[in-house]
Amino acid sequence: MHTQDTAQTWASAVNTVTIGATAAQGGTRGRTVAIGGAKCIPWLAYEGEVGHAPAIAIEIWDAGAEEWPAELTRHYEGVLNDPGAWAKRAAEFGTDLICLRLMGTHPDMANRGADDAVAAVKAVLRAVDLPLVVMGCGVDEKDNVVLPRCCQAAAGENCLFGNVRDKNYRTLVAACLADGHKLIAESPLDVNIAKQVNILAHDVGYPLENIVIYPTTGALGYGLEYAYSIMERGRLAGLGGDALLRQPVMADIGIEAWRAKEAYAPEETLPGLGPAERRGPLWETLTATNHLPAGAELLVLRHPQAVANVRRAIEELAGASSEQ
Amino acid sequence: MALTGLEIYKSLPKTNCKQCGLPTCLAFAMKVAAGQAGLDQCPPLDPKARAALEEASAPPQQLVKIGAGERAIELGQETSLYRHEGKFQHPTAIAICVNDSLASTAIEERGRQIASLKFERLGATLKVDMAAVFNVSGQPRGFVEAARAASRASRKALALVSANVESLRAAGEALREERPLLWLMDAAAAGAKAFDMAKELGLPICLQAPGFDALVASSEAARAAGLKEFMLAPGPMKAKAALEFLSQSRRAAIVKKFRPMGYPIAMLATGGDSAQTLVEACWYVLKYAALVVVDTTRPEEILGILTSRQDIYTDPQKPALVDSTLHTVGNPGTDAPVLVTTNFALSYYSVESEVEASRVPSFILPVDTEGQSVLTAWAADKFNGKIIAKALKESGVESRVGHRKVVIPGYVAVISASLNEESGWEVLVGPKEASGLVPYLKSQWKP
Repeated sequence: MHTQDTAQTWASAVNTVTIGATAAQGGTRGRTVAIGGAKCIPWLAYEGEVGHAPAIAIEIWDAGAEEWPAELTRHYEGVLNDPGAWAKRAAEFGTDLICLRLMGTHPDMANRGADDAVAAVKAVLRAVDLPLVVMGCGVDEKDNVVLPRCCQAAAGENCLFGNVRDKNYRTLVAACLADGHKLIAESPLDVNIAKQVNILAHDVGYPLENIVIYPTTGALGYGLEYAYSIMERGRLAGLGGDALLRQPVMADIGIEAWRAKEAYAPEETLPGLGPAERRGPLWETLTATNHLPAGAELLVLRHPQAVANVRRAIEELAGASSEQ
Repeated sequence: MALTGLEIYKSLPKTNCKQCGLPTCLAFAMKVAAGQAGLDQCPPLDPKARAALEEASAPPQQLVKIGAGERAIELGQETSLYRHEGKFQHPTAIAICVNDSLASTAIEERGRQIASLKFERLGATLKVDMAAVFNVSGQPRGFVEAARAASRASRKALALVSANVESLRAAGEALREERPLLWLMDAAAAGAKAFDMAKELGLPICLQAPGFDALVASSEAARAAGLKEFMLAPGPMKAKAALEFLSQSRRAAIVKKFRPMGYPIAMLATGGDSAQTLVEACWYVLKYAALVVVDTTRPEEILGILTSRQDIYTDPQKPALVDSTLHTVGNPGTDAPVLVTTNFALSYYSVESEVEASRVPSFILPVDTEGQSVLTAWAADKFNGKIIAKALKESGVESRVGHRKVVIPGYVAVISASLNEESGWEVLVGPKEASGLVPYLKSQWKP
């Protein structure tokens, strides 16, 4: 038996989604980032093309990030309330994209309005020339007011906007169509709902090829296996030819990983589990890298050490093809 | 893979001699296929046909038993490529390496560190399974002493790792009762000598050879020599090649039923860069390795690996549940808080560990939501006022506390009124995340 006898052949490939637009493409970004394109089970290069390397987006907030664990905020001192300066700091840490989460617009937090959100988006676009991901605060009524204005303000930049869900998609889909942005489709650990959201977006005229799937993320030790298996199932179906599951996949790592006490708790409260400044970034790193064999293509991260670790891991996978 | 009754019937004598106690050969074949009769109940069966049948009905991956008594572990006999197709059966053994050329005090210290790496998570104790003693000295004598010391101090099953057959024989003989795994680093060079040793000692052996083709050759030689219980190791490999190898060998065994690859795989994750090596160890756990050797005793790193294993070896067919009876943390008195959550293990243990951290003795009632988390259960109407009121009543908590105040998760604040109406209890809205419980119980809770 030869190793090649164990390779599977696939009817289809993961879609390639490109984020960002350079001046030549009508935007102001210094470069674009492409994700997806694999024609094989993740990282089995002997089976087919592995596609684009997974991309890293560092998450920044427009406001409210003071509540983040101290192990995170100490790396972003002085920039937590200045999205432009924060984006610059993130760029220094070596990210492919900036992910601006508009938590400052959340009604239970600062409850900022659309004007403030637009100002944050513009500040980030001015500060760095990296492609941009913009996420709403997750409260439908608020997102439906805020996100279309942000789409408009970033028209031509080919951003990735999110998230649409089966219960709330029309407004953001229409705005992304009008202003030429890519779209994140969220589903709660359910392959059928993932397909359903794609169908809904498609039915109102949005191209399936411009969608990135967010099937929900589980932190290490807190349901990671659910996300892992849903991603595997989706990928098998997509490679098998299901056009509704052929989209590249985002994993929202930082927000989930830093909810785990193993990530945020100081050593006094978790004696015997190692120093917090190592434990936290490692928890985020492993939450991210454990999603890679299941097919994650866009990883949203927070801690600079996690960014460095995940970058290194991606280089190991995306490097030269293996030999026996 | 199991054979069908008809497949077995084809190889039987078909004389209906009834010596097996059944009226016909076909009836006997059906019993064998169902696992209710053994081929040894058929005396006229041709020995060659029996061997072929036993081979064909063997599971696609060999089971390997290492260690004795409380240290015993079982590896292999996996049946699926993806856990949604079928639960992964035998959790990857994690081994920490020990260098036999160190001073005996250093070896014992390492062993004690290995023993101390224990963590409580989700109602389970996570711990390292093995100490892997490397024969860096190359000499049998130091190897035997190091293996003894590592066993004594770590109290773990052993892997004895050497390129020298004499070293493995000496240590294997000395520690035979403990059923160590003999890990032969250069299987091709050692040849038949190593197979004889493993057979004489009756110990499991791990054959290391560089990559798929070399391992197929070693495995075929071992099978021809009559060896049954062995493992395969591809040796040092870059991560990407290792992931390809792991998938190839698993697919060869399970999809292609290629017998020479039907053995559990042992991997090394002992490279220099600590974060990257940790990442790789976890990848090997996720992607099919039966045994992973690491070179770290840092608790945060071992915890990361063991938690990855706990995640991926969870049975995907059934949600992890806890008893939906009244649980206590500390010794709660009549003025202790009463918190409700769901019986989904992740929800319950998240709450329990925070309550423990708060040091406020409490009652926790995990309501039976068929293993759904708080928000999912609420959305499915399995965590509503009526159901929680009934659970409170049936739990007997009313006789344990003097007050009538119940704390509910912040995410389901909307059920407050109906729960109050159904139960008569005053409903307090707690924090949304379990992580908010420590400040809540310390400063906000009042009986």
